[in-house]
Amino acid sequence: MATRAGGTGRYAQDEKRRDSDHVSFLKHRRFRWLWIALALSVTCILGYVMIDQQPRPNGGSWYGYTLGTIGFALIIWLSLLGVRKRRINPGAWSLKAWTSAHVYLGLSLIVIGTLHTGFQIGWNVHTLAYVLMLLVIVTGIYGVIVYATLPASLSANRKEMTRAQMLEALTAIGRQLETAAQPLDRAEADLVIAALSQDVFAGGALARLTGRYPGCATARALGGMGTRSEGEQRVVALLEKRAEQLSQIRGALRIRALLEVWLFIHIPLTIALIAALTAHVISVFFYW
Amino acid sequence: MAGRFKVAIVGSGPAGLSAAARAAALGMSHVLLEKTDHLSDTIFKYQKGKHVMATPSNLVLRSDIDFEAGKRETILGRWDEQIAGHKVNVKIHAEVAKVEGEKGAFSIHLRNGEVVEAEAIVLAIGTQGNPNKLRCPGADSPIIQYQLDDPGEYYDEHITVVGSGDAGIENALGLAADPAQRNVVTILNRSADFARAKGANVKLLEEAERDGRVIVRRETTPAEVRDSELLLDTRDGQEAIRCDRIIARTGSQPPRGFVEAMGIEFSSPEPGAFPKLSPVFETTKPGIHVIGALAGYPLIKHCMNQGYDVIEFLNGNHDLKPADEPILAEKFAQLPGNRSVEQWLEVFGKNVLILADLSTLQLRELMLDSTCHAYEPGEVIFRRNDPGSSMFAIAEGSVAVEVNPADPSITVPIEQGSIFGEVGLISGRRRGATIRAAEPVIALELSRTAALKLLATSPGAARVVNAISIERQLLQMFGSGLTKQDVAPLVESAEVMQARAGQVIVTEGADDKDVFIVRRGSMIVEKQIGERPVFLSYLPAGSYFGEMAVIDGSARTATVKAAIKSEVIRLPGEGFLALLEKNPALRTRALKDMAGRRATNEFIESRKDSFSGAVDLYSETAAFLVDNGIGEATDVLLIDEKLCIGCDNCEKACADSHDGLSRLDREAGRTYAHLHVPTSCRHCEHPHCMADCPPNAIKRGPDGEVFIDETCIGCGNCQRNCPYGVIRMDAKPPNKPSLLHWMLFGKGPGPGEASYSWRKKEAEKEGGQKAKQAIKCDMCSGIDGGPACVRACPTGAAIRVSPDKFLTFTKLTEDAE
Ligand SMILES: Cc1cc2nc3c(=O)[nH]c(=O)nc-3n(C[C@H](O)[C@H](O)[C@H](O)COP(=O)(O)OP(=O)(O)OC[C@H]3O[C@@H](n4cnc5c(N)ncnc54)[C@H](O)[C@@H]3O)c2cc1C
Ligand code: HEM
Ligand code: SF4
Ligand code: SF4
Ligand code: SF4
Repeated sequence: MATRAGGTGRYAQDEKRRDSDHVSFLKHRRFRWLWIALALSVTCILGYVMIDQQPRPNGGSWYGYTLGTIGFALIIWLSLLGVRKRRINPGAWSLKAWTSAHVYLGLSLIVIGTLHTGFQIGWNVHTLAYVLMLLVIVTGIYGVIVYATLPASLSANRKEMTRAQMLEALTAIGRQLETAAQPLDRAEADLVIAALSQDVFAGGALARLTGRYPGCATARALGGMGTRSEGEQRVVALLEKRAEQLSQIRGALRIRALLEVWLFIHIPLTIALIAALTAHVISVFFYW
Repeated sequence: MAGRFKVAIVGSGPAGLSAAARAAALGMSHVLLEKTDHLSDTIFKYQKGKHVMATPSNLVLRSDIDFEAGKRETILGRWDEQIAGHKVNVKIHAEVAKVEGEKGAFSIHLRNGEVVEAEAIVLAIGTQGNPNKLRCPGADSPIIQYQLDDPGEYYDEHITVVGSGDAGIENALGLAADPAQRNVVTILNRSADFARAKGANVKLLEEAERDGRVIVRRETTPAEVRDSELLLDTRDGQEAIRCDRIIARTGSQPPRGFVEAMGIEFSSPEPGAFPKLSPVFETTKPGIHVIGALAGYPLIKHCMNQGYDVIEFLNGNHDLKPADEPILAEKFAQLPGNRSVEQWLEVFGKNVLILADLSTLQLRELMLDSTCHAYEPGEVIFRRNDPGSSMFAIAEGSVAVEVNPADPSITVPIEQGSIFGEVGLISGRRRGATIRAAEPVIALELSRTAALKLLATSPGAARVVNAISIERQLLQMFGSGLTKQDVAPLVESAEVMQARAGQVIVTEGADDKDVFIVRRGSMIVEKQIGERPVFLSYLPAGSYFGEMAVIDGSARTATVKAAIKSEVIRLPGEGFLALLEKNPALRTRALKDMAGRRATNEFIESRKDSFSGAVDLYSETAAFLVDNGIGEATDVLLIDEKLCIGCDNCEKACADSHDGLSRLDREAGRTYAHLHVPTSCRHCEHPHCMADCPPNAIKRGPDGEVFIDETCIGCGNCQRNCPYGVIRMDAKPPNKPSLLHWMLFGKGPGPGEASYSWRKKEAEKEGGQKAKQAIKCDMCSGIDGGPACVRACPTGAAIRVSPDKFLTFTKLTEDAE
């Protein structure tokens, strides 16, 4: 029970957590992984410059093999982030530390991989692997930029509402619109019905990313609504509310899409990279 | 009249039923009086299909009727059958209104005017009480009902709901939900706004009003109930509306007044107190016995056993051992000395000061919720900084307190009969010192619930604990070197004050001279700088304040007010000064503390001139966090929305670490300056959720977490009591296919909480969903590395903090990016 002497020994761990500074994955442990990655890259460059590689610097020399092995191991380890992220137990590790290491060690691959090629580029499976790696890295850099810049606007757009609450608010306005539209004439009523029956998520990937919905039926209804009668004014006011609510939902969708879209390239390219890399390694050993 | 019964049993809940069945089996002349038209109204009112649980599992059931865990319908059905089988003399529609007479000749007056005569009475009316009736002519009309079981039952009716609380609003919305029922629903509210209901409910009601689904009448009260018509008092005079049915939801009266009117005394005026009872459940009014929930035993099994026992006692069986005997025997078996249950009870009852006033019945019950320990000399009982809110009492032997963490050899003794650990109980904070057994010790550890119950029911025990705790708090706070004699005059003049949230204890600029100790709860210190108050610091329980003005004779330099409901000890300034005079070491320390505090205040004031934006941010963020329950938290999840990418990995990790259900709702909750307080447990110092849990299933664990164990019966009380809405009631879902299966073959729902439909479908394959139980964050107890939510966050947005460490200028203004 609560007071048995000793406890589970987690107290020290918990106190450390409560005492620790609050920092992002980029600043984690005073940029520990940035320094490690820099050291790794500088060492590789120095080695490349100082070691006399025969017949010429490329993947085939012993130094080239060394760089290749390091690079291959790093890529496999970087890919394992996808598993790590989804398997939280067992182990006293944190995904923040892993992401921090992933980002900086991933960047060091630019140096390691490039040196490994010995600047020999051609139309072959080896270069394919290299280019895929660079593409994965470029998408990763995009990812880090959006992770660092977009969350604040996601939070500001949310205004303390959850996604479910936003949709609920929209449904509530919809119900009011339905009643308010009763006295309208046929043409105007049709506009309201069209607005209400349009799926919030309609518009496709492009609309979602840009936040522009040219086919928005609510905007169209607002445009085609008169303002003479009291009934019309009430409907217009409600349509404006609906448009506002829609724009919050679309804002949230847009920011989240920008935060996620790169993973749809980063992950498949990782899989392609591993395939190309396997082909690259096998072909190298085959011709050996 | 049917002559005089030997016993009249009032109330047909599990306690009353079991008593009546025993009386019938013994052939004792009896009558069972039930207010409603069915047996066991409390259980009858459970949600349809609720799984009723039979805890505690180690207690044997002793009753002529059966009870085992199962569906509400099955249990009620079986009881109806068995009560008929035993030929119990049941009288329904028999609400007892008044009891007159003495033992041997009671007259029991029913609401309908009938009088029942009995020699003895067993009161088993539970704790539900009576719904408040409408206060107008016609209040007894049959069109009025006090409960709404199924809103879908009513068609084409004009229904008026009276009452503006959550129950009333929910009923009105339920009745109007389906337009196909064509009900005309009106809700009456005496005032102009719905201040007593939850914001979300009020919003829904206002929306329903705008849509014309519900008619809301404000500043309106019922004036008279007539046949299919209701006369209303409105602001503009009287008005009659058509009305086929009235649902009255204006709260209920606890049964205490009714019980006291019979001449039965309660153990104390506290709301949590129960009637004083003898070992045979007899009250202070001879001839009237109280059992069941009303006696303080809310579990069905306890109720049924007591029903059996009370009739046996009335029948003259005085050798009957209570049904908890084997449980107690098991508890005592591990203690040395081979003594019997009775002998042990005597040792504890006689030796321990705070148990002196208890009856054997109370003592036995207290033992059930407590743990007995035997310690060897030198053995550690608890260590400094262990979490723990239980209290210990020494039945034999004595213990040594290590008052100086730096030097374990300096100890202060606590002698036989006294208590320790009470600071943890009162403040809700970690242990302040390590305590060892000084000689062989037999000690009783009272769980927080048991200890609080004891303090509420025994004024004597409360007085003792109060005096001891003030003395110990002084000794502990002002460090080593002080003796009981040194602080005796201060203890003498100390006064405990309750403070509600926001109450000001010390006002800036005032020239009163008292010193205060925060005994429970927490304080915030503010100073008026320019126009607005600026937050200076946060004082957790165990700190003192007000010393500056006393030491240097100045006016108060800042305002101190309670962050949450708190208790402070007020010490007169002169007494404090006299103590400092006598103890130079203490004086030095106080001066040092004071200089430190002054430096913090000056730092913030100086910043205010140059970096007023940062100070405002700090001050406002701190105030926001305190408003959101951080002031009473021990460990709380916060999310920095400047870093959060909304991936919900925190929720997924939570679900995957805990039976597949997430205990946090990341999006819900308040946000200020990008700091978000999600809906997740704060592990309060004094958890509100623990207040009313029938099986005492909510406990504080070894790492300070508040957790719910498997004995939860799913009653939902904790969910209602938690002010932060963090408890959900749900069934443990079946296991998911492994991560590998999902990644490679797309099997199962993937990481995180599975959808409701998946859980339901899978559970049905396994023979139906498990019973719903209360679930909440347990701070990933037992998981190496600590809370999964924090570990699973890729960006560092999710942090867990404690208020004393986080509510500081540096932490609140640090830039995480
Ligand atoms: C939602 C919920 C779920 C629960 N789940 C469980 C569970 O799973 N397992 C468990 O062990 N416990 C559970 N409990 C607790 C348990 O139901 C009660 O503590 C228990 O029913 C108390 O029994 P009782 O006989 O003392 O009184 P009650 O069951 O409250 O019965 C009192 C009876 O007295 C009648 N009465 C009241 N006043 C008068 C009067 N003046 N005259 C005549 N008759 C009167 C009432 O109509 C009622 O029928 C739950 C409680 C709730 C609220
Ligand atoms: C060849 C090198 C790399 C490989 C093979 C790789 C692979 C991966 C994989 C498999 C994931 C898991 C995605 C998921 O399951 O959600 C991931 C995530 C990520 N990668 Fe990379 N990556 C590489 C380089 C980089 C670089 C250079 C950066 C940054 C500069 C980067 C930034 C990220 C980020 C920010 C995430 C998301 C972490 C999260 O949200 O949990 N990656 N990467
Ligand atoms: S469940 Fe609620 S009341 Fe209980 S500890 Fe958590 S936040 Fe506090
Ligand atoms: S639902 Fe809550 S109060 Fe009720 S038994 Fe379970 S933990 Fe206790
Ligand atoms: S894991 Fe971190 S980034 Fe993801 S939703 Fe939770 S707090 Fe936000």
